Amino acid sequence: MQLAASGAVVSAIPMQAAATTPQSAKQLVNQVVDDINAIISSGKSEAEMMDDFEQIFIDYADVNTIARYAFGVEGRSASAQQMRDFTVAFQRYISTKYGRRFREFIGGRVVVQDAKPVKSFFEVSTTAYLQGSGPFEVTFLVTDRSGEEKFFNMFIEGLNMLSSERTEIGAKLDRRGGDIDAMIADLRSLG
Amino acid sequence: MFEKPHIQFPRRGRGSLLRRLRAIFVLSALVVVSACAKPSGIEDIIDPYETVNRRTHELNRSLDEAILRPVSMVYVDIVPEPVMIGLSNLNNFLDTPAIVVNNLLQFDLKSAASNSARFAVNGTVGLLGLYDAASEIGLYQQQSDFGETLHVWGVGEGAYIELPVLGGSTERDTVGIVVDALFNPMTLVLEDYWRLSGSGVEALNMLGDRGRFGNTVDSVLYDSADSYAQTRLFYLQSRRYELGMRLEEDDYFDPYEDIYGE
Repeated sequence: MQLAASGAVVSAIPMQAAATTPQSAKQLVNQVVDDINAIISSGKSEAEMMDDFEQIFIDYADVNTIARYAFGVEGRSASAQQMRDFTVAFQRYISTKYGRRFREFIGGRVVVQDAKPVKSFFEVSTTAYLQGSGPFEVTFLVTDRSGEEKFFNMFIEGLNMLSSERTEIGAKLDRRGGDIDAMIADLRSLG
Repeated sequence: MFEKPHIQFPRRGRGSLLRRLRAIFVLSALVVVSACAKPSGIEDIIDPYETVNRRTHELNRSLDEAILRPVSMVYVDIVPEPVMIGLSNLNNFLDTPAIVVNNLLQFDLKSAASNSARFAVNGTVGLLGLYDAASEIGLYQQQSDFGETLHVWGVGEGAYIELPVLGGSTERDTVGIVVDALFNPMTLVLEDYWRLSGSGVEALNMLGDRGRFGNTVDSVLYDSADSYAQTRLFYLQSRRYELGMRLEEDDYFDPYEDIYGE
């Protein structure tokens, strides 16, 4: 019911597509890693790379769900228009934020290890080998409940991306005294 | 004949002071530790000292902005990478005996053996700890500390605390830091001069880390709307992960079940 009320494109759609399997979840993460590596080694300008990262985010992540979760309880009072504006601004903000950090991947590699079922999704674990630091674990949570197989959360050595972004958006809203439009404008200025 | 008591007197005096401090500390630590609460879930945050913590956080941020960040940037610029790595190795080497003691207290004999072997290899082939020869043969450092020992013994992490200069911690981990400092085997055997040098190595290593891993720190401290909340989240999640705590099935938030995540 809440799904319909928030105007989301989420799992009201019956899942006709092939269900997620450990193999397909690992395959998805492999594609994400390959695409990121291709962008880093493309030699493009930083601005072009950020556009490409945003495209990866759109292609492989369930942006609507991530944005709505990051918005938090305050998101309930947002109008459908505000939710759309927020999602677009958030998508750009997050691609830029993480895209900048992906430069640390230069010369490194990420190896997909394993996929295990948790609740209604799969947890895909990977090991990142970056220059100048020991190997560390990055995990992705993958599901097809949006109608398409996508990832909706990521943990870097236990750091939960969804929690961190929800904290951040909450703080941005507080700064603006709960003014949603002002917060969206702030978010746009960062992207 | 005359000089002997002259030299020994201050030593004995300070020694008994240190002993008394230790005794007082152990007693108060027991009280704190027995009161340490356990968070109900891995994503839970206990922060009753938030007002004080936020003040300390502002202080830490100002210190970083005014001193640590600029100095560390110059430091990593002028100090060659091999020297920084050497210092980092030396720092790890000096920490190793304390880590072994904690491994033993946790009944983690495997790590105790591997860290002891590291200490022997790096203390000899590794030129007194400057070179990490042990890692070359697959003996990696198994980090530990007294905070982890308390965790293994079943002590909850207690409330979150942001410490001046040192940053994020918890009640339990703060007790751990003090115990590690007061009972460090290296400190007990080394002469004052070397003890001071050890602290110098630690300080330089901190500068090097701030410089080398600056992006992560910068993004938490300066690019977030509430750097206190992000620091707290960062510390608690990393620390719990480091202690081997993993999400249980129920801890995973499923945004498809409850869209607002309450």
